Amino acid sequence: MFIINCPFCGERDQSEFKAGGEAHIERPKQPTELSDDEWAEYLFMRKNIKGVQFERWNHAHGCRKWFNMVRDTSNDEIKLIYKMGENPPIE
Amino acid sequence: MSNKYSIFSLIKNAFSYHENWQKAWKDAHPKKEYDVVIVGGGGHGLATAYYLAKKHDIKNIAVVEKGWIGGGNTGRNTTIIRSNYLWDASAGLYDHALKIWEGLSQELNYNVMFSQRGVMNLAHNLQDVRDLKRRTHANRLNGIDAYYLSTEEVKKFCPIINTSPNIRYPVLGGTLQKRAGTARHDAVAWGYARGADEMGVDIIQNCEVKGIKRNGDKVEGLETTKGFIATKKVGVVAAGHSSVIANMAGLKLPLESKPLQALVSEPVKPIIDTVVMSNAVHAYVSQSDKGELVIGAGTDDYVSYSQKGSHQIVEGTLNAILELYPIFSRMRMLRQWGGIVDICPDASPIISKTSIKGLYFNCGWGTGGFKATPGSGDLFAHTVANDEPHKLNAAFNLNRFVSGDLVDEHGAAAVAH
Repeated sequence: MFIINCPFCGERDQSEFKAGGEAHIERPKQPTELSDDEWAEYLFMRKNIKGVQFERWNHAHGCRKWFNMVRDTSNDEIKLIYKMGENPPIE
Repeated sequence: MSNKYSIFSLIKNAFSYHENWQKAWKDAHPKKEYDVVIVGGGGHGLATAYYLAKKHDIKNIAVVEKGWIGGGNTGRNTTIIRSNYLWDASAGLYDHALKIWEGLSQELNYNVMFSQRGVMNLAHNLQDVRDLKRRTHANRLNGIDAYYLSTEEVKKFCPIINTSPNIRYPVLGGTLQKRAGTARHDAVAWGYARGADEMGVDIIQNCEVKGIKRNGDKVEGLETTKGFIATKKVGVVAAGHSSVIANMAGLKLPLESKPLQALVSEPVKPIIDTVVMSNAVHAYVSQSDKGELVIGAGTDDYVSYSQKGSHQIVEGTLNAILELYPIFSRMRMLRQWGGIVDICPDASPIISKTSIKGLYFNCGWGTGGFKATPGSGDLFAHTVANDEPHKLNAAFNLNRFVSGDLVDEHGAAAVAH
């Protein structure tokens, strides 16, 4: 349980949000040319990091907008929040 | 068996005030090399080591555990055992485990307190009714005992359930598996540890794996906090931390690790003599032999390794419990905790070889691995010993995410993923 600072609405309880999983997984540009292995990689394989991870979140019970988050999954500490379309911070 | 437990050993030890019982397993230190090293000293890992030694005649085995054995999800689950899964592959897998459970206390000479008190799954809407009826038929075709119950039969089997048609999600029926039930989770880990130790397996606690040494696509050993251990075969049974170990070998798994919570109440006199699960409103409850209500809550939807979940998850579960069991409204909850579960996209486990020779994974059990402990250990031992799967776990390979041959058990998994 933690507080999330929505870039559009400000600080709200985590229960208002929906986690959208790992961020920056790009939909294949040429889906017809993808091999089965590449489809599996895109659809199912996840880094599932213990530590700092890039994620997508949705303010489902609020503004309903999506945004990105950098969060430490070992202690749920939020490091950074940035908008969709922005480049991930390099660290 | 050097220290067989029996009525006679109990009487004998009573004379010395139970102060001279032998240790159930020895605290081993790692040797330089093993034939097989199992990573993870939970129920599944210890069972794997036990069956490797017992059925496959491999004696030079170690189990490495970063904490203490049975201290992870083995000691954090709600101890429910059943096999009423939909698909043939799952029915084969889970019923194989249930059949071993039925003789496990005798086999291990250790009372795992397996109690076949029955598991009832409730239906709260028409889709539930259709799904549960379909699953009942599928179960019976696979030789699994399953019954469909009307609302009246549900009430008769468990009288404290509120079957009024006026509640928010009324009980429209349910299924019953009578062979299903519960077991003492710690005893399962301890029993397998004792059995494995007896056959010469080294159980190494407080030994965390830090790296996997490879020579090309072959495993050569493990870097651990107690030094390097050489081995050609590594079986990883690390539950929520499976992805962490996979990353050490440069592999990615189709898993997400999430907190799953459970809670127990203060102990009371016997009030519920079965296990009742309700997927639609997400409430499941049983009563431990100590008298505590054991309640399973849901998973959080975000990845976390923090072993604590959100408050609203517990709140939602308790709301549902109170609607279904008004008699519990004055009960106080004693303890609440979280475990980290590794969830697969199809809600089925992975018991499989990998692209690296000598590296095997048994993971992805998600929210319901405890019930499969003996079967999982048996089949994983077969897979590791023969370098190929048993026919019962052939469908649960890693390649199914490439081929698309998924085993979708979201309906039979108790906790919505």
